[in-house]
Amino acid sequence: MIIEGKQKIWADYQKDIPDDHYFYVRSCIRQAFWPGSEVTFLDITRNKLGKDFYENPYHTTCGGIAYHSDSIPQETAMTIIARQFALMHESGYENYVCSCITSFGCYTETLETWHEYPELEAKIRQYLWDSCKKEFAKPKYLAHASDLIYKFRFDIAKQMKFPLVNVKTGKPLKVVEHIGCHYSKMFPSKGFGGAEYPHVLVGMIEAWGGEVVDYPERRHCCGFGFRQYFVQANRGYSESNTYKKFESMEPYEPDLIITNCPGCPYFLDRWQYVIAEQTGKTYGKNGYGIPALTYEEVAGLVMGYDPWDLGLQMHQVAIEPLLEKMGIPYDPKKKYQGVNGKDLGQPQCPSCIKSV
Amino acid sequence: MEAAAQLHRMGLNPVIVEKGEALGGHIAQWDRLFPAFHPAKDVVEAMRDQVKGIKTYLNTEVADIQKDNEGFHAVLSNNETVDAKAVILATGFDVFKAERKQEYGYGIYNNVMTSVELEQFFRTGKDARINQPKRIGFVHCVGARDVKVCNTYCSKVCCTTALKQACEIKEVFPDAEVYTFYMDLRMFGPGYEDLYLKTQKDFDVKCIRGRVCEVSETMDGRLVIKAEDTLFGKPLRMTLDVLVLMCSMEKNKSIDAIQQKLGVANNSDGFMQNRDMYLGMNNTAQDGVFVAGACTAPKSLPDTIGEARSVATQVYNYINKR
Repeated sequence: MIIEGKQKIWADYQKDIPDDHYFYVRSCIRQAFWPGSEVTFLDITRNKLGKDFYENPYHTTCGGIAYHSDSIPQETAMTIIARQFALMHESGYENYVCSCITSFGCYTETLETWHEYPELEAKIRQYLWDSCKKEFAKPKYLAHASDLIYKFRFDIAKQMKFPLVNVKTGKPLKVVEHIGCHYSKMFPSKGFGGAEYPHVLVGMIEAWGGEVVDYPERRHCCGFGFRQYFVQANRGYSESNTYKKFESMEPYEPDLIITNCPGCPYFLDRWQYVIAEQTGKTYGKNGYGIPALTYEEVAGLVMGYDPWDLGLQMHQVAIEPLLEKMGIPYDPKKKYQGVNGKDLGQPQCPSCIKSV
Repeated sequence: MEAAAQLHRMGLNPVIVEKGEALGGHIAQWDRLFPAFHPAKDVVEAMRDQVKGIKTYLNTEVADIQKDNEGFHAVLSNNETVDAKAVILATGFDVFKAERKQEYGYGIYNNVMTSVELEQFFRTGKDARINQPKRIGFVHCVGARDVKVCNTYCSKVCCTTALKQACEIKEVFPDAEVYTFYMDLRMFGPGYEDLYLKTQKDFDVKCIRGRVCEVSETMDGRLVIKAEDTLFGKPLRMTLDVLVLMCSMEKNKSIDAIQQKLGVANNSDGFMQNRDMYLGMNNTAQDGVFVAGACTAPKSLPDTIGEARSVATQVYNYINKR
């Protein structure tokens, strides 16, 4: 590996991101999968970094799931997006940041399509007016939320309490970075680092003390692929993609996987249980899996957030071995307690993959 | 060189301005030529012999050029001035920069190399990346017929070069498995189709119709490629020791400023625009400015020599008509 070659590409694919004042939109599935991620993003940006990130309660899905599943035409998805832009405009913001990678892909595709085909933009303006009596302004800047954490990665490092280092050995943790397909594969220039060697998560890992693992199936899709999963008969494709990735990364013995997509951590996490159930094989050490976390969860961990406040108990793969490697204190009794200390009950744990 | 030699034989007084340290261009860096594995050195030396006695500037570029009623006045980078009745642009080509096709990992993965570098290996026998390889792959059309890099043209010589190099690497490493990945095999010239058959029958090179879409590296520094075998209709994954990228020709951009001064436009492929591709292939829209060789499009060596001879006739007639 010639690191200078990657560094040149990283330098070529940089983008100027506004420092502050963003209109934030959530993902429609992340809150269910990883309920601590978005709230952690807002807490870090607003309260730890002192930035202005506004969230409008009337915003909705971007329509991306339906669009990529061929359930709605592109014009419908664009009209939903136009409504989101109208909310941003009404709220007095010009910079738009979305939590979801597929949303980022849809917004980028929409803006690029309108740029190429202004008559389509005019048509969508009419659709929005007819349906909602709203008018929109296009954002001056469109970012994915991971772009912001990337931009502020060194500010986060300054507040870091638990770097990505194994406290027992003193060595950096070996971290796999997994980029959502819709981040930059469609529009390489829109992502930090481009399509082939994105830097957005690599930059975070390096800034927080970890060591990046580059393995042969690094670029491969996690397996979500929308219709691969939503169509029940296709789910074997989804799982086989994940299986392929784990088989490829296994020899590198990664400690952790960081992702920037709603679906990727879900499938990289849950399919580990299914693979273990089907084959008896686990990819972490001593019968555990490899934790697959969101970048907000990792940012929260290194900054010293309580692992259970971050929602890490929602992961199928046990997080405790990673916490111990990083030297992060945690109270096992609080793992399944609600915010008021209410006992939420312990889920049934499988025997094929260790869950502490 | 060929055009100058022809003009010299016709009794004119040509001047060669060469930016490199020796005459011969890219061919001077080549080991053997397709389709008959003829040593490139023999051709280059024969051509150099025939320009002996012709005024030649090496390590020199044209810094400025003006035209008036007397003809052209070129100021060279050594501050000398050359006066001429006509100008032949024979500036050749640049090799496509393989790192632009990021998915192939050139400049990132150690064992990805270009066809030019492999030719250097054949000349010198030295390249640390080639260490008793067991499996070698060739990717055709790197930077050619590719909308993503804005080069939609065919680079003409890469198919035949790939098969020539595939045979040569088998000569060096007879036990190695060699694969070429092509879109179409364009074996258009005399002896080229024979080379294609020889490659398969005598050298057991496997020609796979399909493009490589991704290259990555294993823990031990080998390469994993993903491709599609379109004849079988199946995706494939393969581990290789060396991957050779058949880089296309692109317009030599170092001449852009002078070309602009001379008023010669580019064609849609980015090469220099000739007057037309049939009867005016050596002419440009500018009086007294001629073109020859790969500055107008990718060309083989025989194409280039043929054009050099025809441009000499054009220039001779032009000067005698004035």
